[in-house]
Amino acid sequence: MTDCVDSHTHASCLQSEHAHAEPRWPYGGRGHRDPLPGRNAVEIGGLQVCYPGSTVPALARVSLEVPCGQRVALIGQNGAGKSTLLKTIAGLLKSQAGTIRLFGNPVGACHHRTAYLPQRVDLDWQFPFSVEQLVMTGRYVHLGWFQRPGKNDQEHVRRALRRLGIEQLAQKQISELSGGQQQRALLARALVQESSLFLLDEPLNAVDEATRDLVDAVLHERTRRGGTVLVATHDLGRLCESFDRAIYLREGQVERMEILAGGTTEANILKHSPC
Amino acid sequence: MLNWLIEPLQHGFMRQALLASVLVGLTCSALGVYVVLRRMAFLGDAIAHTTLPGLVIAYLNRWSLLGGAIVSAVITAVGIGWLSRHQRLREDTAIGVVFSGMFALGIVMVSRAQSYRDFSHMLFGNVLGVTQSDLIGISVVCVVVLGTLFLVNKEMAITTIDPYHAQTIGISAERMRYLLLVMLALAIVAGIQSVGVVMTTALMVTPAATASLLTRQLRGMFLWSGVLSILSNVTGLYASYYLSISSGGAIVLSCTALFGIAFIGTQFRRLPRETARDQ
Repeated sequence: MTDCVDSHTHASCLQSEHAHAEPRWPYGGRGHRDPLPGRNAVEIGGLQVCYPGSTVPALARVSLEVPCGQRVALIGQNGAGKSTLLKTIAGLLKSQAGTIRLFGNPVGACHHRTAYLPQRVDLDWQFPFSVEQLVMTGRYVHLGWFQRPGKNDQEHVRRALRRLGIEQLAQKQISELSGGQQQRALLARALVQESSLFLLDEPLNAVDEATRDLVDAVLHERTRRGGTVLVATHDLGRLCESFDRAIYLREGQVERMEILAGGTTEANILKHSPC
Repeated sequence: MLNWLIEPLQHGFMRQALLASVLVGLTCSALGVYVVLRRMAFLGDAIAHTTLPGLVIAYLNRWSLLGGAIVSAVITAVGIGWLSRHQRLREDTAIGVVFSGMFALGIVMVSRAQSYRDFSHMLFGNVLGVTQSDLIGISVVCVVVLGTLFLVNKEMAITTIDPYHAQTIGISAERMRYLLLVMLALAIVAGIQSVGVVMTTALMVTPAATASLLTRQLRGMFLWSGVLSILSNVTGLYASYYLSISSGGAIVLSCTALFGIAFIGTQFRRLPRETARDQ
């Protein structure tokens, strides 16, 4: 596969990467929609989000754009709105106002294109699944209802496990994994989903240095292939080397944005709302 | 020995009871795997108890008992789901409120009917009294529940292990939960005939809990749970026949005995490992 070197070629790159059969009975009752040409990976305008049962907005007047092929860090203290923003983009929370477009389409128009990696505590690691079975769940969006995984899906899983260096753990129970191994398994699941947009919530918390390096390398690889990565993180140590841009959130609003050392052109401007 | 096994089966009611027990055992044990993995044992117990008003109304109006119980259980399941949606009310609180209210309603109805004896079979079960039409109802429930579970097993698993991922790829975790609750209601209704309102949860939880001690594979849990449940049901049935004891109580005690054996067995298996590790 050719690497995408500028944002104009990203859309065509995504098209070729995701040229696979649609499920017969897709989840959500919708087929896979193609990205609209020339559109950003994420476009958010005037977003306001409240948690169910609350009238206090967790996000208020958030507007930003993230071009294809960028690695963006969401930075802020606990309660700043990082996880809420990722969950809203993933379609897990409903917005009360504003719009979100992913590759030009509304949220949920194309489920396989978005991979959300929750915080590790959000998963039930005691579930009687092997690592291979967990990673296979990344293929479910391509199978849809009533379809069982086939050889092609197993091959995807094997490749992802190899890439994440956990091939030897394939048959191990997920309850026996360390924090770093859990994170690798989750990233492997996102890889087999063949997503274009990766939303990672605190992936580097309490993981070993080797896993951090590997996560960095894999995400860099995905962005070189046209993928887009949004990471909620507290880890400011690697900000410049690991990300193109940083978005600082405070009390549910975008405080400021920075183009980092790894950032690309000034044309890829992240607009923020006037707070 | 063979005569001992065959003799009870010469009676038509015992053959029907055996078939009903196996079907109920399979249905409850399969769903029980998800009840245990999703930590929903209290909910299962609540749904079982709340079928009482439906059963009483159906009995008094000469309607189908199975139909009455199903309606009651589904209303409860959906009601609990609705009350606890969006975490406005914690699920265990919603269960506590609905469960006690519905069971109390059932008790009041029983006291008004002035015939406790008629309802004792509902409370404590009597698989030996299964009729042909009950058997048909139980078979339908068994096919529907096992068939549905087979078809949506991978979606049920992913909404259990990681509801966020499920939601992101378009599977509604809430709808899957409702589906599980409705299947739970159906299975419990089938189980009531066997062990009664009060003890149906045991058929659901105990074999699956025993299976969780014996294997760490999802498929293994389904298999072990099914085998243990059938074994408990058949053992309990024979015990009831030969010892003239309550069939429901005997079946549940068999489930508990198997759990006890498995638990002690796993403790013994763990001890040498821990000793070796300490050394």
